[in-house]
Amino acid sequence: MDITKNNRISLAITEIIMLLVAILFLIPFYFLFVNSVKSFGDLLTNAASLPKSIEWGNYARAFEITNFPSAFLNSFVITIVSNVLLVLVSAMAAYRMVRQNTAFNRILFVIFVAAMVVPFQSIMIPLVKVTSTVGLMNSIPGLIVCYLGFGIPMSVFLLHGFVKSIPLEIEEAATVDGTNAYGVFFRIVLPLMKPMLVTVFILNALWIWNDYLLPSLILQSPELRTIPIATFAFFGQYTKQWDLALPALVMGVLPIIVFFLMMQKYIIEGITQGAVKG
Amino acid sequence: MHQHKRNSQWTQQLVFVGPALIFFALIIVVPFLLGLYYSFTDWNGVSGEVAWVGLDNYKQILTNDTVFRDSFWFTAKFTVLGVVFTNVLGFALAYFLTKKLKSRNFLRTVFFMPNVIGGLLLGFIWQFIFVKGFAAIGDVTGISFFNLPWLGTENTAFWAIVIVFVWQTAGYLMVIYISSLNNVPKDILEAAEIDGASRGQVLRSIIIPLIMPAATVCLFLAISWSFKMFDLNLSLTKGGPFGSTESVAMNIYNEAFSKNRYGLGTAKAIIFFIIVAVITTLQVRLTKSKEVEA
Repeated sequence: MDITKNNRISLAITEIIMLLVAILFLIPFYFLFVNSVKSFGDLLTNAASLPKSIEWGNYARAFEITNFPSAFLNSFVITIVSNVLLVLVSAMAAYRMVRQNTAFNRILFVIFVAAMVVPFQSIMIPLVKVTSTVGLMNSIPGLIVCYLGFGIPMSVFLLHGFVKSIPLEIEEAATVDGTNAYGVFFRIVLPLMKPMLVTVFILNALWIWNDYLLPSLILQSPELRTIPIATFAFFGQYTKQWDLALPALVMGVLPIIVFFLMMQKYIIEGITQGAVKG
Repeated sequence: MHQHKRNSQWTQQLVFVGPALIFFALIIVVPFLLGLYYSFTDWNGVSGEVAWVGLDNYKQILTNDTVFRDSFWFTAKFTVLGVVFTNVLGFALAYFLTKKLKSRNFLRTVFFMPNVIGGLLLGFIWQFIFVKGFAAIGDVTGISFFNLPWLGTENTAFWAIVIVFVWQTAGYLMVIYISSLNNVPKDILEAAEIDGASRGQVLRSIIIPLIMPAATVCLFLAISWSFKMFDLNLSLTKGGPFGSTESVAMNIYNEAFSKNRYGLGTAKAIIFFIIVAVITTLQVRLTKSKEVEA
């Protein structure tokens, strides 16, 4: 009796402390949103208070200067196309590498695993040379090719582990029925891989959407800017103009926050899956 | 018949593995090997003529480059503190979120949310918080902590980056620790409780040894994130004040793309790769050896 009561009290205290920590975590978002609708003068005199009047005009101006629709569309296209191709190409390779356990495929797998340790910054300089030599510079398809290259080691690694857990009998039955290797893969194996495909898709989507360094090296034209690049360019021009900068930042973070809130279950599962296999 | 079968095996290998191999080779293998070669040259990125200089770049970097050395110490110091704080906080949040709290789902969402925003945008957001937000809190509360010139001095700028890094990454590690904590068998915990073990004892002698696989992953992630940091300090401090928060990744970037010393930059990049590879391998070996089974 006493123990359960004690437990309940300590649980309530834990809950209160955790809620306070949560408020601490949310304070930066409060500052961001509240100040994004303040006039410049209001913002300078007191950043902590609620706005005296709401200035939606800040958003209209920032929207125009950053050319937000174009940046959003570029980020969106790059993330989706890279990911669809990445998931498909990696799934095919992973499937074959598990089912045909040749020396070549074994060595290739070891190389993929080793490549996961290579930091992006340690190959970015010659990468610029390579991409400009083969004509991938300053183009969205070029950037997508780069994402395929960088994404393949981890994606293959995660899918490789998953294919191993798919029972061979299903495929054998299909082969006996006369389905060829491509039919077996696309009609039987690929649908079975769906949980891990979702995981890989989500992990890569968060990475590619937020990536700054690679697109900043590959894309130069203003009309190709992604959200992070557009934000960076904007800050170079409008330093300390917080009444424009904050709305621009809100627009920059809103799509990914909405995506997170909608897909939360899959994102959390994806991270757990990715970590267990990694 | 036999010939035909071998042919179709070749085609299948090509169709299934070929695309992945081509993209991987073009984007990672070729640049890596090229970088290895350029690190022994005086390549400036523009001129076609590239002269072999042997180990000169490496000698220069290891003996005569104080800026690189400073950026290395900054990165090392940051990695140690960042890794410790983010893992401690991530584990603590996970530990309490696996208790029967009513607001558990809400809390998990809040703690994870900073992580979905990219480092570049986060840095800009926090620039505002440190410059204007903290000052406003300081004015209201009178606590001097908030009135420090956060991004203005070397010491506080360092801590500013640590704070933002921990705020950003703790939630991700929390998710991994939560799933690991949920896998700790309930009967072992109950048995320990019946035997009269205190909460501290249960945590130290049962929970922590059993979640070591998660710790291996979390330490690995935290080390590689903090060692490779670029976006966050680019937008938060631009490496300042006085270059004090310039990370190794930033130093490599500047050497090549600002100073046009590509040969020197690639040599730094190779050194960076070796350091990251050695540290992460050692860490995984070390923590793996501490893993036990229930």
